[in-house]
Amino acid sequence: MTNEMTGGSLESINRRNLLALGGGLLASGLPVIGSANASEITPRKGGTIRLGMAGGATSDSLNPVSYTDSVPIALGHGLFNALVECGPDNTPLPELAASFEARPGAREWVFNLRKDVTFSNGKTFGANDAIYSLNMHRGETRSGAATVMKNVADIKKSGDQQITISLRAADAEFPAVLTDYHLMMVPEGHSDWSKPIGTGPMVIDRFDPGVRAVLKRTRDYWKADRGFLDGAEITVIGDSSARLSALISGQIDAINRVDPKTVSLLARSPNHVVARSPAGWHPIIAMTCDRAPFDNPDFRQAMKYGIDRQQILKTLFSGLGSVGNDHPIAPSSPFFNKDLPQIAYDPDRAKSFLAKAGLSDMHVLMQTSDGAFNGAVDLATLYQASGVKAGLKIDVKREPADGFWTNVWLKGSCVVSYWGGRPSATQMLAVGYESGAPWNLSHYNDPRFDQVLNAARGEIDPEKRQPLIRDMQELISHNAGAVIPIFRDYLDGHHRKVGGITPHGLYDFCNGRILEKAWLGA
Amino acid sequence: MLIILGKKLVAAVLTLMAASVLIFAGTELLPGDLAGSILQNNATPETLAQLRLDLKLDQPATVRFMGWVEKLAHGDLGRSLTNDQDVATEIAPRLANTIFLATYAALVAVPLALGLGLITALYQGRWIDRIANVGSLMAISFPEYFLAYLLIKILAVDLGLLPSLANVAPDTELGPRLILTLLPMITLVLGTLAHMLRMTRTAVLSIMERPFIEMAILKGLPQWQIISRHALPNALAPIVSVIALNLGYLVVGVVVVETVFVYPGLGQLMVDAVGKHDVPVVQACGMIFATAFIGLNLLADMITIIANPRLRRQTQ
Amino acid sequence: MTITLFGHKLDFLAALGFAIILTYVFLAIFAPLLAPFGEAEIVGDAWGPIDGAHWLGTDNLGRDLLSRLLYGGRVSIGLSIAITCLCFVIGVSSGLLAAVVGGWIDLVLCRLVDLMLSIPTLIFVFIILSGLGSDLYVLVVTIALIDSTKVFRLTRSVALGLVEMEFVDAARARGENFWWIMRAEILPNALSPLIAEFGLRFCFTFLFVAALSFLGLGVQPPNADWGSMVKDYADVINLGLLAPLLPAGAIALLTVGVNFVADWLLRLRDASQGAA
Repeated sequence: MTNEMTGGSLESINRRNLLALGGGLLASGLPVIGSANASEITPRKGGTIRLGMAGGATSDSLNPVSYTDSVPIALGHGLFNALVECGPDNTPLPELAASFEARPGAREWVFNLRKDVTFSNGKTFGANDAIYSLNMHRGETRSGAATVMKNVADIKKSGDQQITISLRAADAEFPAVLTDYHLMMVPEGHSDWSKPIGTGPMVIDRFDPGVRAVLKRTRDYWKADRGFLDGAEITVIGDSSARLSALISGQIDAINRVDPKTVSLLARSPNHVVARSPAGWHPIIAMTCDRAPFDNPDFRQAMKYGIDRQQILKTLFSGLGSVGNDHPIAPSSPFFNKDLPQIAYDPDRAKSFLAKAGLSDMHVLMQTSDGAFNGAVDLATLYQASGVKAGLKIDVKREPADGFWTNVWLKGSCVVSYWGGRPSATQMLAVGYESGAPWNLSHYNDPRFDQVLNAARGEIDPEKRQPLIRDMQELISHNAGAVIPIFRDYLDGHHRKVGGITPHGLYDFCNGRILEKAWLGA
Repeated sequence: MLIILGKKLVAAVLTLMAASVLIFAGTELLPGDLAGSILQNNATPETLAQLRLDLKLDQPATVRFMGWVEKLAHGDLGRSLTNDQDVATEIAPRLANTIFLATYAALVAVPLALGLGLITALYQGRWIDRIANVGSLMAISFPEYFLAYLLIKILAVDLGLLPSLANVAPDTELGPRLILTLLPMITLVLGTLAHMLRMTRTAVLSIMERPFIEMAILKGLPQWQIISRHALPNALAPIVSVIALNLGYLVVGVVVVETVFVYPGLGQLMVDAVGKHDVPVVQACGMIFATAFIGLNLLADMITIIANPRLRRQTQ
Repeated sequence: MTITLFGHKLDFLAALGFAIILTYVFLAIFAPLLAPFGEAEIVGDAWGPIDGAHWLGTDNLGRDLLSRLLYGGRVSIGLSIAITCLCFVIGVSSGLLAAVVGGWIDLVLCRLVDLMLSIPTLIFVFIILSGLGSDLYVLVVTIALIDSTKVFRLTRSVALGLVEMEFVDAARARGENFWWIMRAEILPNALSPLIAEFGLRFCFTFLFVAALSFLGLGVQPPNADWGSMVKDYADVINLGLLAPLLPAGAIALLTVGVNFVADWLLRLRDASQGAA
């Protein structure tokens, strides 16, 4: 084991993952990686960083309602600020809202806005701007945040620097909703997204969607401890090999989404570091609980015991993640239910469940696609192979990448897709498992679950919310039609001279905040 | 002869019009739709419906087709559905990049292929023939991304000689541009060389066996003169047709090379647009590709007619 | 020592080409008997080393690479032969028809082919997919159709040159019928470039099959094919692993073998013509 583990606050998370893997990581000689040693050096001002990023397309726009992927998200955080920031451990932190509190019952929230913050056009940020910005994502809108904002009944100005938001149903974790990367603060009435105006550390200089973006800092940032760079140049590099080559050959200073297979290559390089962020991203094999044969609980159990989770983690993700327990809360989350026994690969048990269900000869059509995520086809292939020993007869069908989200996802009976992490545990549980939720992939319908979920939503005290969230994990793990084999870490790679790229429990590149957090050493 | 060329031109224009119908129909048939592709797993029935309305997907296809053709006739390519940019402004710099790289690769590949083809035909069975043959065959057996990865690994990462990213900007000057695009150019040359080389060699060899060449040999003309005056013009038809195919490929088929080297060309734009179902962009790219292909083939036909003494005689 | 085939002397390269092809055919036919492990069987970690049990190591999912290559060859070679033959049947017959008959048939066929070539392959494939669905036969027909346009153009341009030759004029003057001219005069003389083209098309097909897999067309997992293996392994070139070279090398060697034989056939023809 090397001296690389200097990850400070996240060391405990890394250690927990290592333990969860039974030390397999160490034994297999993989590099142990934490954040850069740069955390020991004080940040330095100046310089232009060159980022090579996956997650950009020619269809990108700077309009916050349209954000879907890493590049626009990072650009958004470079140009704008949100009311609330999602902290590294997914707790809501004040940003343009200096403070916030719930009225009793958690159906009304008051946000006190920061004074003396100005937009890049010189205008001072105030309540009208906040209301205009939030309303972009409500009502008739194509915003990706429309769903999470549906619970908002009304937004009122209760002072020059104060807004009051009332909700349709109680939500004790509502500030987490406002950390959504769509909900950026713009001046009231702003709509020219080719010339975005925000309170962020930089302004846009050039933007060729899907190709490159050039940003520069034109003034002092209102946050004293962030915004060190003079500018940034983002090159969109979709191909993971090309991204890595550009980093190693020195054309780029930092890249996101390092291919887990090639982490060992970066570890060999004396000049480069990998920042590893355990987070909530997970693949899901969703089996619809209301269609045969998945309406049979014993058959679902057979499917759960017929998948070799360790093998998937090791083979597809080089062990850089953790094993899942068929519920969507990651082991890195403070709300993770540690007491729930881990479902392991057990072919004999799967066989006995199959016999009990009387479905030993049942063939399952598993739909998968390269369009779902990179490795979705391989994951289904591994599932099929491990299922053979367990008596499961899985037929893998590779669907066209194009049209997957329209024609297959939410339509098939057994589909491989994924979930990105959500800023709050309740949100994560509700979005995919509440009865009748539009994205309830496995058609899970359980009044007990809905009841606990509503209780958790109204519970402001985190201490009392914790056990409710744990109960929900248990219900989903035992009863829902979701097979969640692993949680994958986000991997950012960067040159040693780059500082400030720290792990984050939600998303890559410091949850998109790389432009305000990173700095360049000598 | 002018009449024949004129006929060809009219036919080409008609083909282009038919292509426009097919391209429009093809984009209508794209699996899934724009709204779903944009929102991925953020899609709900409400957001989908709203986006469809924004995108005018509720109007019938014939109405949208006529509207499209009418605008096209006025040189208006429409606006991108996904980012609301003017399609023409979005495409222009990328089209310039695509033409630049295709020209760069063609300027190297075509003379090289013709030269090597003639040399291998002249020295048939000798070592230079065999090396060129096996080498070019090996080169095309590897897919382009494979060659590209190998070139990057060796020339950019291990040796550090050349940049692995060809991320040219509109204001990049010619010198740096030639260097940045050197690796993609080499990849494309390796990918197209073999086809043209082998066709040149075969065509020249098969002509060399003809009686009129034997006559020329008996007359004691020097070999280069036999080849350049007698063999090449008669062997030109298949060579030109293969060159046209490969040039067309350099314009429309370099998506993989663009992706690996991060070169902002038209192919990547179109694949992105297909993925997001940005119909105006797909249609505009499709029309540009169709025009390029039909134009190149028209050119190939004309060269064949002009170069072939028999066809020329017949049409006079 | 000299080997002869159909009464013709085989030179060294041709013999080598035949040896390569025969070896491939043998390996493909007997793959299930020769492969040490199952096609889809997971036998170890990803990219396991070469050892006594795994002669070529393991692949990206921990399957025996040698077994994958053997099974993959079976699928790939079969597909390529089927596609290339179909492609030539369509392309050559329509090309000859266009050149010899001419007139409106030539016009219609040419425009049709121009049309197919001119619209981007991606859009063309979508049109076919939406009409035919996606199974292996559709894949064969789709690729054969797309490739046949190129064969058509080549055949037509070669044949056009021949139609105007004296010997065809002479045959016409003799009152020979259309089919006789086609078979006896045009086709034999057009054969050289077509043989060369066949050798190349054959190898392009391996990669084309893999390129279409992202559309859901093609060989379904866990079955192996060489093109997809090249594609799946390519990104570990960075790691300096040997594995990506194996399926690519297998395709390259076969390509070289097939083209050696094609060259030999060309020489045979040229020699016989020279003698005639």
